[in-house]
Parts: sequence; structure tokens; C-alpha cells
Amino acid sequence: MDLLAKTVDGVLVVRVNEDRIDAAVAIQFKDRMRDLAAGAGGRVILDLGRVGFVDSSGLGAIVAAMKFLAPASRLELAALSPTVGKVFRMTRMDTIFAIHAQAPAAGAVDGE
Amino acid sequence: MANDMSTAGADRAAFHFRAETGEVRAVLRRAVARFARQITAEDAGALELVLAEVLNNVVEHAYAHRPAGEIRLSLWRAPARLHCLVEDLGRALPGLSPPDDDLPGDGTPDRCPPDDCARTCACRVRDLAEGGWGWSLIRALTEDLGYERTGKANRLRFAVPLASP
Repeated sequence: MDLLAKTVDGVLVVRVNEDRIDAAVAIQFKDRMRDLAAGAGGRVILDLGRVGFVDSSGLGAIVAAMKFLAPASRLELAALSPTVGKVFRMTRMDTIFAIHAQAPAAGAVDGE
Repeated sequence: MANDMSTAGADRAAFHFRAETGEVRAVLRRAVARFARQITAEDAGALELVLAEVLNNVVEHAYAHRPAGEIRLSLWRAPARLHCLVEDLGRALPGLSPPDDDLPGDGTPDRCPPDDCARTCACRVRDLAEGGWGWSLIRALTEDLGYERTGKANRLRFAVPLASP
């Protein structure tokens, strides 16, 4: 599970360099998030710009990450594809997460 | 690898594979690719999500605590829908019918203050469900969902409605 964390203006931005967060990788995603965000305080933004598919297992893993980051940190989401955004809307999880159109200073995160 | 049993051209496909999440992933890719030229991108996304939920349910529930069994997925294209049939030899669905479409509670306990708390209230976050959305997604994205248990076999049928491409 390729996740890349960078701090941008005091916000921890975690970029998911994978096509999918699904049942096959949900546990790895949770473990990696736990490693990367351990000790983070304040905002954590999950950049989903490269993720084309999230199923209910992947969604559960993202919610689990939000729960173990709270209350010290708050997990927010950025750059949802239409298909991924639909999953959040249909499950009403779009009311739980702050969702940004783009990750902050995306170009600075991985040099693109 | 999943074994592609299809012989009948682009309007139908069948897959026979082991009930594991990695195999499900491979079959999803191939099943969606098979129909990608015939359906809209939005319908392809819905198809992939529905199949993922149904097939992973079989992996995680029907075949839970027993050796990985087999799944057969059959797809037929009709003018305005894609018919789907999923067969396995795992445990029956509880109550011999697909669960209803209730979403899990949003976790808001009464003690949370109203209004501005929606995205920030720590007590709300702590109580969020981490699953339980699968059947509500399946029901929302399909029509004519039907289940039958025959002997040791589960057969789940449904159709994914298609927009005109």
C-alpha cells in the first residue's frame, strides 16, 4: 500500500498512490495510516486524487482511520473522483468528512 | 488467476474463480473491461461497485471460517440493463433473503450537541460504524434483486440498470 505523507503548511497531507482502496487492501491501508499519522496533531488530509475505486471495505478503513486519529487530529478528504464521491454520498459519509476539491498545494507534495 | 469461461461474444461473460479478495479484484477488472465500450463510465462505476460488494460478501461471509470455495459470476447484456448471476456453495444468507437497505446509524448519540457538530464532534466520530453499507449500496444500484438457496448452492440475481451510451 503506497501512501506518501508530506507536511504542507502545517497540514499532514497523505497521498494514496494506488488505484483502489478495496477489500483486498483495507487492512494494509489502516496499518499504513496508523504508521504515517502517529502523533499527528491538527488536520490530516487524505489525497485521493489517484484513487478510482473505493468499496465499502475501503470506506470502512477510511472511517476507521478517522476514528483512530480523533480527537487529536481530524481526517479530511481531497480530490475524490466521481465514482468515489458517489460512494461517500450514497452512504452519507459525505456529511461526516470535510471534502475538498483538491489537496492543498498538490504540486508540492510529490514534485508534480 | 480467474478462469474466463466466456465463449459467447461481447454481450455475455462468465467467470469462475476462487473466493479470495485478490481474485475478486482481478475478475472485477475483467468484467468491467468486457462491457466498458457498451456502457457509460458512470454505469461502469456502478457495476464495479455492485459486483465488488456482492462478491466480497461471498468471500467474507458465505465462505467465512471455511476453506476458500468457488464463485461463478455470469453477466448478460440486455438493452437497458446488465443481468448478473452470482453462484457459490457457501453458507446461506441469514433468513434466506438479502438484508434490507438500512444504512448503519450515523453514530450521532443524543449527547452530541446539535448543529455545528456534524463534522467535528468527537463523540460522533468515536461511534461511527466502520461497515454495514454493502447491501444498501447493492439495493440502491440494482433492480430485481432475488436470492434462492437450492441444496448447498446460493444464487443471487440482480440487474444493473444502464443509461443509453
